[in-house]
Amino acid sequence: MYVHGEEWTIKELFVTPNEYIYWSIQIVMYPFMTGLVAGAFVLSSLYHVFGIKQLKEIARFALVFSLALLPVAMMPLQLHLQQPQRGIEVFLTPHFTSAIAAFGIVFSTYGAIVASEIWFVYRKYIVETALALENKREKSFEEKIRSVLYNILTLGSYDISEKALHQDERAVKILAGIGIPVACFLHGYAGFIFGSVKANALWMTPLMPVIFIMSAVVSGIALCMLTYIVVMEIRKILAARRKTTYGTYQSTEEIKGIEINVIRMTAKYLLFFLIFAISLELLDLIFRGYTAVKTWDILRSIIYGKDFLDIFVFQYGIGNLVPFILFLMPGLTIRRTAVGVLLVLFGVFMMRWNVVIGGQSFSLTFAGFMHYHLPIIPTNFETFKEGLMGAIVVIITPFVLFWILNKIFPVFGIEESH
Amino acid sequence: MITRRDFILNAAKGIAGLALPLTALEILSPDQLLAARGDSSKVRWAFLVDTFKCVGCGFCVKACKLENGVPLDANVTRTWVERYVLAKDGRVFADTPKGALYGFTTGKIDLGLGKFQDIKKEDIEKAFFVPKLCNHCENPPCVQVCPVGATYQTPDGVVLVDRTWCIGCGYCIMACPYGVRFFHPVYKVADKCTFCYHRITKGLKTACVQACPFGARMIGNIRDPNDPVSRIIRTERVGVLKDEYGTRPQVYYRGITREVI
Repeated sequence: MYVHGEEWTIKELFVTPNEYIYWSIQIVMYPFMTGLVAGAFVLSSLYHVFGIKQLKEIARFALVFSLALLPVAMMPLQLHLQQPQRGIEVFLTPHFTSAIAAFGIVFSTYGAIVASEIWFVYRKYIVETALALENKREKSFEEKIRSVLYNILTLGSYDISEKALHQDERAVKILAGIGIPVACFLHGYAGFIFGSVKANALWMTPLMPVIFIMSAVVSGIALCMLTYIVVMEIRKILAARRKTTYGTYQSTEEIKGIEINVIRMTAKYLLFFLIFAISLELLDLIFRGYTAVKTWDILRSIIYGKDFLDIFVFQYGIGNLVPFILFLMPGLTIRRTAVGVLLVLFGVFMMRWNVVIGGQSFSLTFAGFMHYHLPIIPTNFETFKEGLMGAIVVIITPFVLFWILNKIFPVFGIEESH
Repeated sequence: MITRRDFILNAAKGIAGLALPLTALEILSPDQLLAARGDSSKVRWAFLVDTFKCVGCGFCVKACKLENGVPLDANVTRTWVERYVLAKDGRVFADTPKGALYGFTTGKIDLGLGKFQDIKKEDIEKAFFVPKLCNHCENPPCVQVCPVGATYQTPDGVVLVDRTWCIGCGYCIMACPYGVRFFHPVYKVADKCTFCYHRITKGLKTACVQACPFGARMIGNIRDPNDPVSRIIRTERVGVLKDEYGTRPQVYYRGITREVI
């Protein structure tokens, strides 16, 4: 009879009987996905709140992507629960001394802000589409459904006068403004969940929430850039193939020009947050080594021994240093950016991995180790959802959702409602 | 006639009201009011382990598993016994094969990964056994972190898990500095030692106390000055585990050294 965690945990030296890697790949995915949500939102807010015009093109994109990512932040949590049917109780009967109990409130507040901001940004488009479909005489079945959908989405407000649109603009600004601290809270609080576990020597640090926020913004911007590049490349191919303008009256050359400008600007912000994230992580590491309290012996053997490859080669080397150099070298190209952001995403993922799995790879006895073996080929439902397959499902979902959302709220080729 | 403005306002109020969980209103029960005037409970269960008496037979582990329905062959247990061997050269060895369910059948130390360490008798400075179980902390971190309140502390100080309410997130397992919690292989919820609450509240001893042939384990009421456990804790030199975490554990140990963690 297997107990939860036994299938992927290997114990070495003195480990107590009940210790296993209880929080596996899905708990690595949770902060990773929440981080992407928060980062995408912060990126969109840079334009809406601080009026950084160069980010206009990517802002709306990032906002819709943030909504697509939102439900996925909850998915890994649901997948790791032993009693998933009771997961809703966290919302219904929260026990407020627990850091997890705030999840329902923070998550729904954030969801409401993102959804309403999107509504205000797209209101003009929604109303115009609804009216256009309404006035059409002969409607196909699909158009009928779209007509109903867009009429519902107007929420009964069809006023798109200059004054009303101006008010929308203000609402977006306010919502984006409130959204930044809430997004940071959503993710900082994920860091708090780990940082406040006093029983875990690696997790317990007040820096954890801040480190999480910084790396969240980094990963969110990186993912937006990557998806943006992919979408733009597809549009370039489509524009070239049709030999005509595609949708937005842009030629391949025009798309290329916009793309590189947006990417160069966004890359600057990515670098800025990356420097913050790395500084904080190094500060944490140096501080632990310098103060060298009782737990440092076991932590040192994890950080410089067992997890050396994961931490210093994968996370700091390939995930931070290499993209850092790639972005700093003059004459940034699209291809170099794509490689850079992929490495940044990998680096942030490894950081989550090293926190979540690394934090469980030593025993409470400080005299034993546990090794996590990621289940690749599932043998039962447990190894499916808490293995490579489960992680892949979580990674794919936001892109599927984005594809659906993009049908309703087209990210490209519409006039800003303000 | 209701205007749109009124409708939106009232709807917003309604949603805000619905969103406010009842727990946020903090309705005090009579019990809580009583507690606010000072802890009036006459019973506070505490445990005493005499490590001088333990021989590592593992009867307590087996008795606990049978009494509390934790499958014998499952590699989790509510209580276990650790063996410490301190060599003359300063090295410390410790192990707990299968939680000492079948006792310690060999003198070799289990190093995991199928490896064993043989220590010559003449190289041993001292060796002893330490039984472990839930500390039923006065300030339990597991209760603090449970997101739905499925784990709770009874008025007489015992920390329990509500199997019908636990969502199985594992946060309590992470929060416990003593590693006493695990997922029950059958019920798929967090599980741990209950001090045999179903027995002690009926005047019986816990299964492990009853099974111990050497009297190494005792349970008693720390509020009762005449209770043997209470007397030993007050008059003799006893220690607790990991008090630096501020959990105020209520399992007391006679004869532990700094090597025991």
